[in-house]
Amino acid sequence: MASTPQAPAPPAGAIIAKPSRDSLASWPLLDRVAFAACWVAGIGLCMVTGAIVLFMLVKGISYLRPGLLLEHPSAAQSQATSGGFLDPIEGTLLLSAVGIAIAAPLGVAVATWMSEYGRPAWLARMVESAVEMISGAPSVLLAIFGLVVFARPALAFLSQTSAGGSVFGKSFLTAGAMMSLIALPLVVASTREALAQIPAHLREASYALGKTRATTIRRVLLPSVRGNIASGVTLGIGRIIGDTAIVVILLGATLRLEGAGGLSGLSTLRGTGGTLTSYVKYNSPAGEGNAHQKAYAAAFVLLLMVLLLNLIVMRLSSPRTRARGRRFAWTR
Amino acid sequence: MDPLMPPPPARRIVPDRLPAIIDAPINGTAPAGAVTAQRHGRVARPVTGEVLERMRLESVWLAYGDRWVVRDVSLPVRKGEVLALIGASGSGKTTLLRSLNRLTEVTAGASRAGAITLDGQEIATIEVNSLRRRVSMVFQQPNPFPMSIFENVAYALREEHSDRLRRKRRSRKELEPQVIDTLSRAGLYGEVAEDLDHPALRLSGGQQQRLCIARALAVKPEVLLLDEPCSALDPISTATIEELIVGLRESVAIVIVTHNLQQAMRVADHVAFMHLGELIEYGTGEQLFDRPIQQRTREYVSGAFG
Repeated sequence: MASTPQAPAPPAGAIIAKPSRDSLASWPLLDRVAFAACWVAGIGLCMVTGAIVLFMLVKGISYLRPGLLLEHPSAAQSQATSGGFLDPIEGTLLLSAVGIAIAAPLGVAVATWMSEYGRPAWLARMVESAVEMISGAPSVLLAIFGLVVFARPALAFLSQTSAGGSVFGKSFLTAGAMMSLIALPLVVASTREALAQIPAHLREASYALGKTRATTIRRVLLPSVRGNIASGVTLGIGRIIGDTAIVVILLGATLRLEGAGGLSGLSTLRGTGGTLTSYVKYNSPAGEGNAHQKAYAAAFVLLLMVLLLNLIVMRLSSPRTRARGRRFAWTR
Repeated sequence: MDPLMPPPPARRIVPDRLPAIIDAPINGTAPAGAVTAQRHGRVARPVTGEVLERMRLESVWLAYGDRWVVRDVSLPVRKGEVLALIGASGSGKTTLLRSLNRLTEVTAGASRAGAITLDGQEIATIEVNSLRRRVSMVFQQPNPFPMSIFENVAYALREEHSDRLRRKRRSRKELEPQVIDTLSRAGLYGEVAEDLDHPALRLSGGQQQRLCIARALAVKPEVLLLDEPCSALDPISTATIEELIVGLRESVAIVIVTHNLQQAMRVADHVAFMHLGELIEYGTGEQLFDRPIQQRTREYVSGAFG
């Protein structure tokens, strides 16, 4: 037998062969240089990341007070009376919610169509390059475009109309709509990739039970890629949280959430506001607020949010043996 | 054989006149079978119940694009017996199997000539989803759906049309007796009775494949297609499934594709040997393995190629 409790090791005196270490000295010079460069690059990247996190941690902890998370901000000369950043936190959460509420179903639908139907082929190619184009477009470009679209009178119900009759086009709804475009490619990519990995015989097994394509997608395919959809969505939220340009142009980047009036929930959605990113920009030495302590504290909160999301993504896309049994066992 | 075959004949074969190969007698007599049974360790007892023709293939030609991968095959599929399709890779046996429930149509560019009938009706005229419920299939890789064991079977039981009409999914209580009955038929219930809500993918490979058989049986098919169902399994699971197959042939016509000649000997009542898309020989297991007529069959069953 290979291993019994009585004999856990080979008999004494046996020659145990160990693989000899590959000696670096035997490598060609170019390989040695490249090898060293890889090490330097890897360690350097870790150091940069570590420096950012450490810097934000030190700054953040030294300036962050619990009160900052709970107080409304206000424009004031004195830092003592300018309040905290409750509204920007709410704004970040609300904007992400609006954005992902649009991006998730749309992205899953687009990915499913591309992967499961994808006909006619020219349309599928066009959709693919459209998604690629959106993912490559700078968000400030999307924001400007959004302002043009949403300032049309026909879309006035999404934002506010001034006394003169001109439509602002700035609100959580309009900003969320453009934010959804930022998150969309991530949702599409992760869903599509996962669907492509599902072997054909799983689909055929469902067809062989007399199920239609639609039922197969709804009951077999999409449930199988749930984890991947979730990680795409989480990545998308991360992108939305981190974006500034759309907030500044399409959300107004106000200090507080300014409702549009009317029904309370709808009022906020149609109203303007700010997020942590715009708050950081405003309060940074580069902005008008010039309260860098609060900028650091808010940036620290932002960093925590993003790190938390990354953690969630890592958990969702970790080897599936851990989370929910062998979910992709039939791929092997 | 020239791969560029002439296109299949345009005329349809008169349904009443069948190629001679189909008229070969069904060997159901005990004495002849008994000798071979011992020699090959046959699982199958001689057919006792009634043997009833369910499907009939008449001069079937199948193509992917311009490539005719099955040429002029005629075969009967009968309830009460197991039909095994054997042959080397690329002989067209899997394609032939998949054409029986029109799963070939999933592949773009697939086409067919010749007639395949189910209970006398051409399958092209049967609505495809109801055809697939009457002719269901088990695949080479055990592929349970990523849901619970119960849901795997319940998914098969829920019918599309009744769902749409009633707008209500049948409740678990309603389905439970059927699910348990189906799992028992597949010989799995005893092992999973306590774990019906566990994910199906936690089962062992052999159990997964029996679950797939249960799933395929849940739709109450008339014909069960098995595409190398044991090739991914260990010998013990294989033996369990072979016994199951033999037991099921009383109630459902079974067609099995296999690369394993011993398996064909063990489970099949009739065997069809295919080579490069053509049906070379068809007969009972004893005939084909012990007294093959064709030179190619002799070579294949003796292991000269394949």
